[in-house]
Parts: sequence; C-alpha cells; structure tokens
Amino acid sequence: MTGRIFSVVGGMFLLTVCSKGNQSTVQAAPPSSSASAVSTAGGTITGKIKFTGTAPRNPTIDMSEEAACKSKYTTTPTEEVVVAGPANALANVFVYVKSGVPAGQTFTAPTTPVVLDQNGCRYHPHVLGIMVGQPLEIQNSDPVLHNIKAIAKANRPFNVSQPGAGMKTTRTFAAPEVMVNLECNVHGWMHAYAGVRPDPFFAVSGQDGSFSITGLPPGTYTIEAWHEKFGTQTATVTIAGTESKTANITFAAR
Amino acid sequence: MSNRPALCVILLLLAPDSRLLSQDTTAGRQVYQKWCAGCHGDNGAGDGEGARHMIPPPRDFTGAIYQIRSTPSGQLPTDADLLHSIDEGLAGTAMPGWKSRLSDRQRRDVLAYIKTFSTFFADTTQRPQPIAFGSPPGGGTGAEALRVGRQFYDSIGCRKCHGDQGRGDGPSAPTLKDDAQHPIFAANLHENWRFNGGGTVEDIYHRLRTGLDGTPMPSFSDLIENKFLTDEQLWRLAQYVRSLSPKEAPAVRDVVHAPLTKTLPHAPDDSAWTSVAVYWFPLVGQIIRKERWFAPAVTGVWVKAVHTADSIALRVVWDDRSESPDTSWLKHVGRVFATLESDDSTREQPAPWPDQLTVQFPVSIPSGMERPYFLMGNASAPVYQWRWSSSSGSSAVAGLARGIDRFDPLSGAGPGAQAVFDHGQWRVVFTRALASADTASQLPFRTGRAIPVAFFASDGSNGEHGTRMAISTWYFLALDEPVPARVFISPVLAMVLTLGLGMLVVWRAQQKTSYRRQQ
Repeated sequence: MTGRIFSVVGGMFLLTVCSKGNQSTVQAAPPSSSASAVSTAGGTITGKIKFTGTAPRNPTIDMSEEAACKSKYTTTPTEEVVVAGPANALANVFVYVKSGVPAGQTFTAPTTPVVLDQNGCRYHPHVLGIMVGQPLEIQNSDPVLHNIKAIAKANRPFNVSQPGAGMKTTRTFAAPEVMVNLECNVHGWMHAYAGVRPDPFFAVSGQDGSFSITGLPPGTYTIEAWHEKFGTQTATVTIAGTESKTANITFAAR
Repeated sequence: MSNRPALCVILLLLAPDSRLLSQDTTAGRQVYQKWCAGCHGDNGAGDGEGARHMIPPPRDFTGAIYQIRSTPSGQLPTDADLLHSIDEGLAGTAMPGWKSRLSDRQRRDVLAYIKTFSTFFADTTQRPQPIAFGSPPGGGTGAEALRVGRQFYDSIGCRKCHGDQGRGDGPSAPTLKDDAQHPIFAANLHENWRFNGGGTVEDIYHRLRTGLDGTPMPSFSDLIENKFLTDEQLWRLAQYVRSLSPKEAPAVRDVVHAPLTKTLPHAPDDSAWTSVAVYWFPLVGQIIRKERWFAPAVTGVWVKAVHTADSIALRVVWDDRSESPDTSWLKHVGRVFATLESDDSTREQPAPWPDQLTVQFPVSIPSGMERPYFLMGNASAPVYQWRWSSSSGSSAVAGLARGIDRFDPLSGAGPGAQAVFDHGQWRVVFTRALASADTASQLPFRTGRAIPVAFFASDGSNGEHGTRMAISTWYFLALDEPVPARVFISPVLAMVLTLGLGMLVVWRAQQKTSYRRQQ
C-alpha cells in the first residue's frame, strides 16, 4: 500500500521534473541583462531570395462586405501569398539563423515594439520577425471589426478583437517559434506570419528579394529561409571576423 | 499488532495531503482510457475512434487550448474551469457531463491526467488567474438595457459572424474554421441551451471576456481597457444576446394541437399564427441507413397547426444559416466532408444542394398503436409525405415513400406551400383539404384523432442531401374538434340551478324561524 503511494508520488515527482526540463528548453531563457547588446560589429550575411518557375496567381479578395477597406484600393486587391519582385525576386521570406549561435548565449529583447498594422483589411507587414519577449503592437487602421488570432504551438495562442480604428493591443511571445500564424476570422483572407526567435539574427526579404543579417560572431551557421507557399530552404555560411558573406537562396515555385 | 501504531502515523501523515491523493494521474489514466480515449484518443490528441464522426471534433489536449475558461485569452484554464466542463459537459457538442457517471475522485484524477498531455501545465510558475467578472447590472430584461445591448451588438461587429438577427448567418460565417482547420459554426444566438459554455447572462458575459480559444470567437476584454465600451455596456450586450433565446429551453410535447379557425392562414407571416400554440421537435442526424450523417445543421423544428371545417394548415419553422443553394458555402461543405469519415469509399464533391423539408404521415390514421417505420416506411408499409425544397420555392410534392431511398410522387396532389427565408430562418406553411380523393394513398385528416407525424430536414449548404439529413421520430398531430355549445352552457345552468335551490332553502328556513318567533 505504502509502496504504491510512494511510487505514485515518485512518479509524479519525476514527471514534474522531466516536464520542467522540457519546458525550459521550449521556452527561451529570459533576456539577460548581462548579455552582450546586439552590436553592429561582427559578420554579416546578405543575399537574395529568388524562385524558379512560374509564380501562382494570388487570389483576388472580394471586399464588397467592407466598403471602408475596399475604398482604400484603386484596383482589386489580392492576397499576398507570393509577392514577386523583378527577375523572380521573392519577398516576404523569413530568413533566420537556425543553428550555430553558441548555446547558452542570451540576447536582450528590444523594448521597441514590432508593429503589425491592419489597414485596408490586410496585414502590414505580411511577414515579420520578432524576438522572444519583444512587444508586438497590433493596431487597427480600419474602421471595421478585426479579430487577431495567433495560432501557435510552442507559444500560448490568443484571440482578441479590435472593433474600431485606433485600437491597440500589445502581446509578447514567450518561446521561439517559426512561424506563429496570425489571422483574422472576420476576413478569411487576412493572414500574417511571425517568426519568433531567441536572438536578433533574422530578417525578412524585401521587394527585391534581398535580406541582411548583421552582428554575427565568428562561427559556422545554418540559415533557414521560410516561405508560406514554397516551404523552407537552408544554407550553411561560415563567418570569420567582421566579414560579409553572401548566401543566395532559390526556391522552386509550386 | 506492533505495526499498527506505525501504520496510523503514516496514515495521519498522508491524510492532510488530500490534494496529492486527489491528483492521482495513474488512476486518472485508467479512467481516461475507459471513458475518454474513445473520442479524445489514447494520447490526448483528439483523434479517438469517435472523432471522425463529430463536428465540433473532440478537444485535442496536447496544445492545452481550451474554449471554456475563466481566464484571459491565451491563458491556461484553472482546474475549476476544466472540472466544470467535465462535470457538466459542453452543450451543443458530443461531450456529455460526467458528474453522475464518475465519482468526485475519478473526475479529479482524470483532470490531473488530462493536464499531463501538455507541457504548458507542467510550468507551475504560471498559475492561471481568473478574471474578476463581477455581477450583471440590474434591469437586464428592460427595453433600455436591450437597446444598449443591441447598439453594441452592431458596433463591435457581432453581426459579422452571428448575423443581423443572431442566427449564425453573418457574411463571415461560411469561412469560419477552428485552429485545426475544421469547419466551425458561429453560434445561433437563439438557441442558448446549445451554447458550449452555458446559456445564462453570466455565461455569455464570461465568454465575451475570455473569448473561446482555438475558435474564431475573440476576447472583448481589451475593449474595456481601450475604453471602447464600459463593463456595464458589455453586460448589456450579454443581456441582449440572452434575450434572443426563449426564457426556458424548449420542452418536447408529443402532440401538436391544431385548433379550429374560421379562415386558413396560408402565408407564413400571417398575423393569425401569432395566437397559435407552438411545439418544438428536436432533430438528430440520420445514422441508421448509409450514407449516415453525424453532423446535421438543423437542430429542430417549431410547428404550429390550425384547421377549418374542411382544410388544414401546418406551419414549420426552422433555423438554417443559408438560403441554399448558396455557392458561398461550398468551401465549408468541403471542410465538413474532409472532417467527417464517409461511409462511401469515394467522397462526393461539394455541390450547391437546396434546403429541404419533409413532413411525414401514415397513409391512413392507425387504429391501434402500430405505425409504419418512422424512417420513411418500407416496401410493405409506405408513408405519405409532403416534400418541400428551396429550389422549387413555394410548392411542395406529395408522394409515398417506401424506405429512405424510394419516393413515388403522386402527380397533381401536392399540398399548397408558401415559404419565406428571413435572416437565417425558414418558415413554410403547408395547406391541404382534410378529405382526400385517393384515400388509399393520401391520408384523410380527421378531427379528434391522434395522427402520427414526423419531420425531416436537410441544409444543402452543410452538404446535406439524400440520406444525409436531420430526422425526428413519430409525434402526433391532433385536429381539435369544434366544442359543442352545451359544453359552455351546461356548467352555467348547473350553477344557476344550485344557487336558486340554495336560496330557496334559505328563504324557507327564514320563513319558518320568523313564524316560530311570532308564535
């Protein structure tokens, strides 16, 4: 009898300990004050994201239910699944250092928020990078109801409403996660993606497909490029000193 | 014997820590595997045997995302929140209440075990904090409270999903998905007895504050912080939403009484209907004959009936989110099909099917208790049906059904039918002469008899047609006989006679008394 009780208690103790162990690996270490501030010194990885093949046509958005949003466009707005620039450049790709940053090194999250704006019933930006603990300021520039739902696995989800222009909501993410999906259920076409990282080594490719990750200490890094439609690509880059290396990444359209 | 004091000491040491005993995950696992895993899956991922027959699907415990909480959006639920869902179940879903089936101890154990499916619960530094909800302001059923509630219903955009009249038919309703991409309905706010988290004003207010995590329903707490509205105004909204449903959940009464009237109301919105008693009949998915249907959209029908000396009018009203065929719901149908397991190996492609309603009677009024098979009769004992479809509008077909897949129309014998679709609700009136020319196949209606009646409904925009529909069992329709004048006159006559006789006795007694006094 007592043996059984002890085994139960012991089992629960182990369970608690083990789960705690898992939790601490999932959840990023809190920003440490002694950590080195992100410096502009260090190596840089730059590159261009391109794709081969034909980009699929973005679905057009029927905004007839939302006159206030529709009036912000002169032509029929489309979703931003594949945003291509000149010469098959690919925008809205989240590029980040997946591995190579020394374990145990911690980084302080900036207190300046990343702003996600809802304007014209679309998200601006469509893809964003943010550090663990860094505020995400969600604002509504539309005089209509939006709800902002975060769908996450490593992080807690949230779903808040902003029924009018000028509303602001601030949230933070507690754990690294590539990607947290953000969506509006009132407007099924509204999607945004947030790459949550424990370090500042990430970027989002611009209209010309270019990206730049700066401040990297010397080392060999695996960088991963994530695109909502074309999937992921990786590249390996070795940085010595404060040099700048180029890593161009090409996706195959699908 | 010498061991006894030591045993007592051990027991005494253990006794105060009843919390530890009540969190027995080993015992909880046994309860879980016996009672919960069938739907929620062995590993708590919401993928048990029964899961593919349910919309909404069973909770996936691995993400620790729960709809019904007392905590802000994104936070874990409290133990009390989870225990409440286990105890009471979730109305409008397949989740039953377990209070009467499992002991207190078993329910606490299974709660502890469910929490082990997610690492989020292991982090004891984050204790979920319930919101301080307060209590509703008074006057919640008054006109002013409801006016304020309605004002915010419009201004914060409830109608986007729940619709102008709250029947879950807003413009965004066909696009709604849960976190796992399963289709999800915006709640029909006229059916508070089906609200997952309960149908009281308090329940509704709590859901407005917390949101329903994992679903499109957001939290509105930030609105108070942003001074978009006050706490009291949010309570008024909850009171308004509560006012859309009946005071009490509808109770099933077996017999529809059709009173005698002078004229027959043919139109669904004829004012004559307002004074006629209404009867509610719940419908369930057709899961007897293949292809079975586990996710019916029509939850029940509201029925009224009247008759004149020679005709009957039957009014059937039901809530339906879409006036089908409606192509804006096609993707929803695709998601419904993808979520549910099909009886057929090849899954039908979504198509714009119409809405349908069938009223069923026996071919003739049975003299005993025997009735034809309720699910559309069979080859030897057919049933007489009126079939209405939204694609044919204001007309209906009469015919004989000989089983769920055989319907033989009776040409030129259809009942009159008028239909109205209004903000997520169908209202259809069927009319017919009481007598019938063909008494062998078309039921002659007679007064003073219990006439079996059953109802079948299909929502085309939910993928329903053929055997995929919502069904009822047999109920009864009774055409009240005209009340003879003597029923009213006899009691009055009796009262007058009794009064007269009594007064006579009293008068005689008084006469006698005065006569004696005089002597």
